[in-house]
Amino acid sequence: MTIAALFPSGWQQYLSGGVCIGLGVGLLFALTGLIGGVSTMYTAALSLVAGHPFFQHEKFVATRHWRLMYGLGLILGAAVFTLLRGRGAGFVTGVPVWRLFVGGVVAGFGARLSGGCTSGHGICGIGSLQKPSILAVLVFLTTAILTAHAARALGGH
Amino acid sequence: MPRGGPRAVMAAALLSGALFGFGLALSTMVRPESVREFLLLKDFGLLLVMGGAAGVTGVAYFVLPRLLSGPILGHRFETHPSHFEARTFIGAALFGVGWGLAGVCPGPAVAGLGAGDWPLLASVVGILLGAWIQGRFFGRHHA
Repeated sequence: MTIAALFPSGWQQYLSGGVCIGLGVGLLFALTGLIGGVSTMYTAALSLVAGHPFFQHEKFVATRHWRLMYGLGLILGAAVFTLLRGRGAGFVTGVPVWRLFVGGVVAGFGARLSGGCTSGHGICGIGSLQKPSILAVLVFLTTAILTAHAARALGGH
Repeated sequence: MPRGGPRAVMAAALLSGALFGFGLALSTMVRPESVREFLLLKDFGLLLVMGGAAGVTGVAYFVLPRLLSGPILGHRFETHPSHFEARTFIGAALFGVGWGLAGVCPGPAVAGLGAGDWPLLASVVGILLGAWIQGRFFGRHHA
């Protein structure tokens, strides 16, 4: 199998995009010492409205402002790229809304139970060579690949 | 809080997040369809994205604490240990199922909105609901 067969759309955008993501996480660490996983942002955002003691823990209340700014940055960065790319760069997914929603509920629950997602375990956890995170990544890659194949077999796209 | 003051920390988080979001859009990972191509093993680009990001992050996490006494805006270099326990892996397995179904994970769900992909709002609301169920009924803090 050749490299071109593994990356039918080319590989440059993937590697440069990945390096850019790493520079973002690295810059956050260099400036503030903070670890830039994304899924904690959702629980931290809930601390604004959910009174249950779990959500009012210091690790959410004390970090929700920078985490929400980080999330705002995600939106702005993707918007800047899309504007620079110009006309036609906008993209609206064809995945049915029910799948976006149900998948979101399951992924959100799982990420918070696990203590990380593709960024927390996949980027920060692997970046700091934490064995539980490396194993967690192998687990979620496996179940995600199986789920995508099952969805296709059941007639989804 | 780092000594640069809350405003400097907020600016740092915004700028870092913007680089992250720019990279997600550049790598096309904000598109559920791109993630799907990987999960169906048709295009292995996602591994380059995750590998490239983890590689750069790994260098930063390894080198910076040896080079500097603390972060540029003060305070200390933090760590976020993950744990060998059932919930780490049960959670990861469920996370993968949801990710495989939706094609987006927590970062791209938010970043995709910036690229104009408004239906991803359904995933953002879903992730919030999932995070609420987890915290409300299964929440536990490490000592």
